Amino acid sequence: MNPANFYALVGIGLFCIGLFGMIINSHLLRKILAFNIMGSGVFLILVALGRRADNMPADPVPHAMVITGIVVAVSATALALTLMIKVTTITGQATLPDEDDK
Amino acid sequence: MNRNRLLLVVLLPLLLTLAAGLGYAVLSLPEQPQYLQKLVMDNMAESGVSHPVTAVLLNFRAYDTLLEMMVLLLALLAVWSFDMTDPKHKTAPNQVLDTLTRLLTPLLILVTAYLLWVGAHAPGGAFQAGSVLAASAVLLSLAGWRLSNKLTALPLRIVLVAGPGVFIIISALTMLLEGQLLKYPVAQAGLYIVILETFATLSIGATLAALFLGVRPGKTDKDKGGKHK
Amino acid sequence: MAIENALMTFPMAFPLVSLFAVTLILLPLVGVICCFLMPRISRTLGLFTSFANVISVAGLGWQILEHDSYRHAVGGWGAPLGIELYADGLSLLMLATTAIVGLAISVYSTAYFKPAAGVRFWPIWLCLLTALNTLFLSEDIFNLYVTLELLSLSAVALTALTGSKEALSGAMRYLLASLLASLSYLLGVVLLYHSFGSVDISILTQQMQAPSATLATATPAVWAALGLMGAGLMLKTAIFPLHFWLPPAHGSAPAPVSALLSALVIKASFYILLRLWFTLFEPLVDSQAINSLLGLLGCTAILWGSVQAIRQTRLKLLIAYSTVAQIGYLFLIFPLAPNMGSLAWNGVAYLIISHALAKSAMFLCAGNLLRFGGHDRIADLDRVVQRLPLTAAAFALAGVSIMGIPPSGGFIGKWLLLEASMNQGRWDLVAVIVIGGLLAAVYIFKVIGYTFIPAKVTHEAHAVSARMQWSALLLAIGAVLLGFLSLPVLSLLNISDATITSGVGL
Repeated sequence: MNPANFYALVGIGLFCIGLFGMIINSHLLRKILAFNIMGSGVFLILVALGRRADNMPADPVPHAMVITGIVVAVSATALALTLMIKVTTITGQATLPDEDDK
Repeated sequence: MNRNRLLLVVLLPLLLTLAAGLGYAVLSLPEQPQYLQKLVMDNMAESGVSHPVTAVLLNFRAYDTLLEMMVLLLALLAVWSFDMTDPKHKTAPNQVLDTLTRLLTPLLILVTAYLLWVGAHAPGGAFQAGSVLAASAVLLSLAGWRLSNKLTALPLRIVLVAGPGVFIIISALTMLLEGQLLKYPVAQAGLYIVILETFATLSIGATLAALFLGVRPGKTDKDKGGKHK
Repeated sequence: MAIENALMTFPMAFPLVSLFAVTLILLPLVGVICCFLMPRISRTLGLFTSFANVISVAGLGWQILEHDSYRHAVGGWGAPLGIELYADGLSLLMLATTAIVGLAISVYSTAYFKPAAGVRFWPIWLCLLTALNTLFLSEDIFNLYVTLELLSLSAVALTALTGSKEALSGAMRYLLASLLASLSYLLGVVLLYHSFGSVDISILTQQMQAPSATLATATPAVWAALGLMGAGLMLKTAIFPLHFWLPPAHGSAPAPVSALLSALVIKASFYILLRLWFTLFEPLVDSQAINSLLGLLGCTAILWGSVQAIRQTRLKLLIAYSTVAQIGYLFLIFPLAPNMGSLAWNGVAYLIISHALAKSAMFLCAGNLLRFGGHDRIADLDRVVQRLPLTAAAFALAGVSIMGIPPSGGFIGKWLLLEASMNQGRWDLVAVIVIGGLLAAVYIFKVIGYTFIPAKVTHEAHAVSARMQWSALLLAIGAVLLGFLSLPVLSLLNISDATITSGVGL
């Protein structure tokens, strides 16, 4: 198997593991970590598939997109963590109240 | 727990199907389209830098980078709007920690400058440099260093918005001069990118460090550090 | 023309239309930076920016009407190397709605927020405005991802502004749902990029419409992208059953923020869905099955959201569930558009605008009532019709449009959808549209009824500023007057590139 495809499949694995974690965990920190795992999976797929052809150097466009994506993910994580601390201090627990589904 | 088990029974097969479907989609992708890649290479001479990733980030798709700098600033605005209180853990005076940070900080700033400079022709650039700068600021603040009170108000804010601010100024300038947003004059493209990257590095470093601290500096009379030095 | 000539005497290297388009992007950005640097005058800056934004949209509209749809190659590179901006009738309608609703909410907010809270509100609201403007102008699916993130993060930050327990949990749930949706969308972008080597919508559309060997092998990846991007955008739009995050977030945010979220933010992700569905995914979704499924979700949303709205005892939650129901109407475009192109498009576009006006008016009214009585329990509204007549009138007028009673904008939208369903012989959709209107009447009249009845327990009343009352009333009047403007508004929709609507039948 082409190494690029192998990494892309690993990325899909990470995406699904992260998705699983985001749904199944009720602790907010675990949800946020799971979101980051999902994100890493997407970025891995994006970069890996940029080098499918052996005779060419890696495609620079996905690299630039990943850098943009990482900065966005970092910002989102910072916001999520701060919000989590606020929720925890006010409600006394690091989970969301169980209302409807989810 | 019963609900969780039920969820597991439903969720696992669904996710496995999703993974299999996505895997199949990826494996059946057509041969890598190389048109865009060639286009990047063909236009490198006009981009002002010699590293293709930097060229994409700060020239071909610079508009994305402008918005992404705004996302970073927005995260800080949001975090500050939560009005966090200082966790109040005092760092005990520690000879080793103190000496180490004194030694490491200049080194980290040097690495920042190197990464910024090298980005024009090799892997590196504003984001990598900014993260290292932020790391040094975080290290300093963990070791108990704080930004002087005088610097927490406007000066800190100016550093935080310098990156997006200069980006906006250059956007407006290119619009007036060239009639297109972020279209640099070919001869000066390199200069524009260096200016953008330098200010972006400062802002990214300061913003990431401020996000780490979470507390708005100068909120009380006790001041917090968000910046190097 | 005289103005144009006068303006053109200045030495400018670009057409006037570029000036307005770029102003729409840079103006709110400058506003954010200025608010950050000068928090003391952020209120003035925010109000000024929203006002200048209306003028820029008007300018862009004037130029587009005169010259046709507009493209701008950012950086001068052009797709696929660079990012392209694109504005046609649909984006213009969305921009105009954003500008008008945004201005009214800005005026309202100058009175609603105390200075300390305002300092936090204004820069984030301007970020949200930036996100909306850039989103409606973008033609690049990766750029759309960045604008979507800017939009969601600012929406979440605004939701949490009050710092109450409900607001914080609501914001957290909203954030998690939104992040999940963004990643799903991004993975779709990744698959499309690696299939065709571009992220530009018009290039991808061409690739999808010309049968080729690449397209044949890429089909599984494009289907995966369709699923991932569709699911992500639907989660952000909060269509049933992915609406779980909406009522807690919209119900607990400060009133002007709820108005922004319900009127504009969910429409933004729906706009992207609409664009993608009927351009690059068009060859795939021509089959009726998937469109029927989306229509079914829409119908369920209408019925379920309306029933939930009737059951609510808090005004803001009632309005939030009403939004869940109204989103359902928008999804009726999917089963109707393939055969009834322009009727369905016109109907949905009309509903988007009139819902934006009416729903923001309603949330602003809820804010007034909360300020007035200190609570939003429907049963204790306590004769506000006499004590707060402007607000009560605004709520009733907005209700007219939500119910779809002539001559309001909501009526025109629903009527066009009804006509499309009847022409296509979809009597099930006809029934749902009619029942949805009746259910809406039930929950609107439930609120209006209580405004006439004295409450058992009386509350201390607080003064509500005239600015807050008038901005709600003007929005509601706008929603009703929209019913008289159908010709000019709908003619805007016809401004479009051939590639964009080739399959839509406009």
